[in-house]
Amino acid sequence: MSSTVEPPREQFRLSMLLNDTRYRSYTFQVIALFLLILFMAFLGWNLVRNLADLGQDISFAFLGEPAGYDINQRPIPYNNQDSHLRAAFVGVLNTLIVAFLGCVTATILGTIAGVLRLSNNWLVAKLMAAYVEAFRNVPVLIWILIIFFIMTAALPAPSAFRGADPDQTMLFGAMAATNRGVYVPEPVLGPGGWLFVAVFLASVAGVFAYRRFATKLLYDTGRDLPRGWPSLAILVVPSLVVWLLFSLTAGSAQNALLVPEGAGGQTLEDYVMAEGGATLCLVDGASSSTVAKTALLRLQAAARSGPVDDRVNLNIRTNRVESRAAAVAAFEEGQCNLLAVPQEAAANIAAGATLETQLREGRPIEWDKPYLSGFNFSDGVQVRGSLIALWFALAIYTGAFIAENVRAGIQAIPRGQTEAAASLGLRPGRIMNLVILPQALRIIIPPVISQYLNLTKNSSLAIAVGYMDVTGTLGGITLNQTGRAIESILMLMLFYLIISLSISAVMNVFNNAVRLKER
Amino acid sequence: MSDVHARTVAYVRESEIPPAPPPEAVGGVVKWLRDNLFSNWFNAILTLASLYAVYWVLAQSLPWILNGVWNAGSLAECREILGGTSGACWAVLSERWNQLLFGFTYPSELYWRPSLAFLLLLVCAAPVLFPALPRRMLILTALYPFVAYFLIWGGSIWTPVLTAVGFMVGYAVYSRLVTQSFAMGFLAGTVAALVFWSLQGYLVPPLSTVAPIALEAVPSRDMGGFMLNIILGTVCISLSLPIGIALALGRQSSMPIIKWISVIFIEFIRGVPLITLLFVANVVLAYFLPPQSNLDLILRVVIMITMFASAYIAEVVRGGLAALPRGQYEAADSLGLDYAQAMRLIILPQALKISIPGIVNVAVGLFKDTTLVSVISMFDLVGMIRGPILASTDWNGVYWELFGFAALLFFVVCYGISQYSQWLERQLQTDRR
Repeated sequence: MSSTVEPPREQFRLSMLLNDTRYRSYTFQVIALFLLILFMAFLGWNLVRNLADLGQDISFAFLGEPAGYDINQRPIPYNNQDSHLRAAFVGVLNTLIVAFLGCVTATILGTIAGVLRLSNNWLVAKLMAAYVEAFRNVPVLIWILIIFFIMTAALPAPSAFRGADPDQTMLFGAMAATNRGVYVPEPVLGPGGWLFVAVFLASVAGVFAYRRFATKLLYDTGRDLPRGWPSLAILVVPSLVVWLLFSLTAGSAQNALLVPEGAGGQTLEDYVMAEGGATLCLVDGASSSTVAKTALLRLQAAARSGPVDDRVNLNIRTNRVESRAAAVAAFEEGQCNLLAVPQEAAANIAAGATLETQLREGRPIEWDKPYLSGFNFSDGVQVRGSLIALWFALAIYTGAFIAENVRAGIQAIPRGQTEAAASLGLRPGRIMNLVILPQALRIIIPPVISQYLNLTKNSSLAIAVGYMDVTGTLGGITLNQTGRAIESILMLMLFYLIISLSISAVMNVFNNAVRLKER
Repeated sequence: MSDVHARTVAYVRESEIPPAPPPEAVGGVVKWLRDNLFSNWFNAILTLASLYAVYWVLAQSLPWILNGVWNAGSLAECREILGGTSGACWAVLSERWNQLLFGFTYPSELYWRPSLAFLLLLVCAAPVLFPALPRRMLILTALYPFVAYFLIWGGSIWTPVLTAVGFMVGYAVYSRLVTQSFAMGFLAGTVAALVFWSLQGYLVPPLSTVAPIALEAVPSRDMGGFMLNIILGTVCISLSLPIGIALALGRQSSMPIIKWISVIFIEFIRGVPLITLLFVANVVLAYFLPPQSNLDLILRVVIMITMFASAYIAEVVRGGLAALPRGQYEAADSLGLDYAQAMRLIILPQALKISIPGIVNVAVGLFKDTTLVSVISMFDLVGMIRGPILASTDWNGVYWELFGFAALLFFVVCYGISQYSQWLERQLQTDRR
């Protein structure tokens, strides 16, 4: 005979709140919540009193007001009459630009350095170790300032590129590193440009598709298709066809370089010498302006190479206008004494005589080269010293950390894996691709993504070199002009928080996807 | 079976091979070079390229460094002495040495005080850093913060002394009550210390009149140079360790409210750059403090950097806690230890040991990040260089020397810390094999 003994039903006593583990956690949480609310109320009460004392309020209305300051790097159109919100948005885009550039460069640098640090070449391994240690142990702010100093104080001024015997010459005639920034050619899409880009991207996708197909065929049937030359062919041939098709047909045009009536029949150089200078009417984006540009560069070359008398002082200027009609009007009024137009249009301009004609092959993508005009370079893309300083410093600094992650990931794969793969008869390339990398990447990628996050957050140091990222616009000038400290910094923090949380979310998804599937 | 096999298989050798000559004796330098530098053509190219790179860097920098001028009053004077030859102008370092280390407003006759505090820091940190030293030296470590405060900031000696006494009062109450319950002891100790500190303000003036022991007071805004970096680094890391551990425990806690408070705090702080927190310290924090309290900037910065560092340390410690096998938690429970005892005696000693490399990483990162205060116009080492020194007419344009010096200083400290951490790891053998 057995009887179940009912557990004694205890009456709830107040002391159980402290002594009974069932209730104690509630006590603690209530106390914690109470303290937190008290603390928040304290902060809030102080805020209200301080704002009242200063006669301020919390309002986001300032975002709609005109910003009134200029931003030197504008990915989207912006002028100083636009609102603070738009200025902040320009800053956000600038942050994303430098973060993207930095992440790509840091990945490349870090991977190379991490792999080379494991090289069996003693000297290279030591050099890479020195790179990693030197950059990991010095504040990134110091690196940013050092590179900024190189970009602004150590590089020559644009004036060093001018004159008959310049101190500096442009790299490949197309790039110039000056203390106002680095000038590089700008890609301009000509006739068929978009199609060319699309075909090229499709070819890249095609290469991947072909390789995947070859792998599948190898696994399914054992037939090993060649990979090298078909990939190359898929990549190159369609693009080449499109390029030639457009540059020989739709894009090519005869262009004429016009001078005022009666001045024809001599060379360009002689004409400009006789005139004592040249003013070119350039139409932005028109195909004829490349001809004009060529003429301009020729004139500048002539001015540099000729005897040093009056040639160096030739007054070579450009007059930029919106449309061809405006250019023709300016030419007829005598505002410019050189004009480049398509051949068929030249016949209609009575006031002009053709100096020379050029066949222009309209390439789908043209490089708009920078050239020296006045005290500075025109055209091309100006990459400012502040952007380069930030970009390179962040990339080199973060690259040192990524190198360590890559090294750790590769070293974490036991040697036995390499040996086992070798004993199966795999070649070294296959061992790397099929055995080591799939396992190492699983270890490498999560810390690398958190390095990307660090790089993005460190890009807020832009403010130290005057790069107008979101910290420079919203947290810098906007804050100082409007005095809206709480609102600006709240928005700034929210922006970074959103970026961080979304990158973390992506990272979690990725981690779950590549996690070892254990059964 | 076996001899049938030996006779019928073609590839079994029947005659002995003639002995081969011994391999050519290769050793020493040549073998090492061949193995490590010229093992194949690609490695040979890499080696030559690296050699050239090293040569180029040395050829550019060595003459400049060695030809440097150490005594000059300005950059112009420096260039005059160099007479057009390439050379560094190290004179800026010798002339502005004190400014680089102590800032430009710290009274120059008092430089011995922070220097002494720094030397004492090395002595007092030693028992924490090297387990082999006698444990009794930890008393020095415990006393150090008060001594250092007295030396660097000066003022009446009674302020740091009474603050220390407050800690002792709190500890005395705690050790009386901890036998009953850790929570009660901790709370009562905290309350006792807080009560003592609130009375402290009334005790200091009479004591100062009775025994006027004081050093000349130096206000916080006069701190600068590398001293400021060291102060911010050590203070913030030491404060953030306990807070970080508490946050990590909170995040691992089974109580949802505590857990979510910790999670939100940690993720918020980790999601924003330190600069924005420094902006908060500079312009926003004052709004959230009582109207009359004018906390000085250095203290506000310490608060924000401590919050920043504690969030990162919390994540590192959480990693250590998660890395402990569940059995350790269960074993502690089965011994009948309560939460506080289990944490203090079983879990944290092991978890912290695992977290050492991570904590050191955070410490090094934080020390490097103290340079960011130059952005909110505080004159730390980088702030001194960018501000008063480069802006002066004498030294406008001496970038390489100054930034090179700053980089070297940080490198020595940070590399030293990381080497120490690797040594400590080997001592503690955290990789349990």
